[in-house]
Amino acid sequence: MNSIIIPTPLRKFTSGAGRFESPANSVQDLLNDLVQSHEGLRPHLFDNDGDLRSFIRVYVGDEDIHELDGTATRLSAGTEVSIIPAIAGGIA
Amino acid sequence: MVNPFTKAELERYSRHLIIPEFNLEGQRKLKEAKVLVIGSGGLGSPMLLYLAAAGVGHIGIVDFDVIEDHNLQRQVLFGVDQVGASKAQSAKERILELNPHIDVTVHETRITSENALELIEQYDVVADGTDNFPTRYLVNDACVLAGKTNVYASIYRFEGQCSVFNYLRPDGTRGPNYRDLFPSPPPPGLVPSCSEGGVIGVLPGILGSLQALEVIKVISGVGDVLDGRLFLFDAATFGTRTLKVRPNAKNPLTGENPTQTALIDYAMFCGLGAAPKEERPVNEITPAALDALGKRGEAPVLIDVREPYEFAIAEMGGVLMPVDSVAERTAEIPKDRPVVIHCRSGVRSARVIRMLEDQHGYHNLLNLKGGILGWQEEVDPSLARY
Repeated sequence: MNSIIIPTPLRKFTSGAGRFESPANSVQDLLNDLVQSHEGLRPHLFDNDGDLRSFIRVYVGDEDIHELDGTATRLSAGTEVSIIPAIAGGIA
Repeated sequence: MVNPFTKAELERYSRHLIIPEFNLEGQRKLKEAKVLVIGSGGLGSPMLLYLAAAGVGHIGIVDFDVIEDHNLQRQVLFGVDQVGASKAQSAKERILELNPHIDVTVHETRITSENALELIEQYDVVADGTDNFPTRYLVNDACVLAGKTNVYASIYRFEGQCSVFNYLRPDGTRGPNYRDLFPSPPPPGLVPSCSEGGVIGVLPGILGSLQALEVIKVISGVGDVLDGRLFLFDAATFGTRTLKVRPNAKNPLTGENPTQTALIDYAMFCGLGAAPKEERPVNEITPAALDALGKRGEAPVLIDVREPYEFAIAEMGGVLMPVDSVAERTAEIPKDRPVVIHCRSGVRSARVIRMLEDQHGYHNLLNLKGGILGWQEEVDPSLARY
């Protein structure tokens, strides 16, 4: 199993869950499983062409997927993936 | 080395001076440093207290705001007696009480594209404790253009982020900046609105303290600063992660094809400039007019599209129907008589009205102008504002 950490601003689309698990073995498959389970997340992660939105960063371990193989990055079992959103403050 | 300290200062700072790698030299660097703290709120409060206590010699405070009741849940610089007073001025008074051996300059102004460079150029290090995207990008870009290190922290509900951007490395190069992480901001429709915000009060205390720590490390050169790294803290789970921040080819300031050489209009950049297309006006009713209808025995159906936790703070007799449930509950919304829809300030309810008009054929809906906040102001002052 691999897991992905959902940041606070997106948890309203996962019924409050902060973590999602899937047997997917690539970042793309893991994200697909995630948005299939939580459709409301889709427009927040992907644009209309299905590309990852520019203001969302996805990390595998401590490395940005742009430094790896992008969404094609393979995951070995037990890898932790993180979605990092831009947050501005308590007010905005 | 000349000892620049008085006896009182040596005694005051003695717990720094006896750390072997910090010593008198580290303390001297603090005394000579000029730090600009932008925002004296949740993050700025602990930061200013610790920077002053530690003996940072020159501290600038930028804040245009006044202290309000709802700030006191986290802005520990301030007390009940200062509600209504200037934040920057009150902050200055408080930290000079704490340490009279430092200089504090108040900039009681909003930081803008016009004044940012002039402000920042007077200081060695900037600490960003602001609370919105336009100012985050403005501070970042100004620091890059002016060649200053930007010690960054940001918070949302239970989540905190901290990093040191544009850090001047020993080899003379600069570390990554905010635009390497997020070249452009999320569009306004895709970020949580103010009504969905909130922050657990201790969190800015933790992140603002981490910021103060990094400012002190940047100045003193002691330790490894959070350069090229983003620290994440989840207060709900106590999860911490430290991720790598790499230079981003698409960075418009420092990427492969830089397109930006000056500050820009950041409200526009963050999509807050022109009114978005979806803002088609809806029919409105003022709180006073709604009150008058009620008094004549002609009260319309009232629907409250806020969340249950908002309803628990203050409510005005409407049927609670949170935004996300409205489309499934249209059977409860009549079409044959006036219906007033309200939220906190009127933005969400207008959106709901447009949706009901466009997708469900309603023509009888009125938006309560100013929401329950307007009602509180004009009709029922006994309600709590939030």
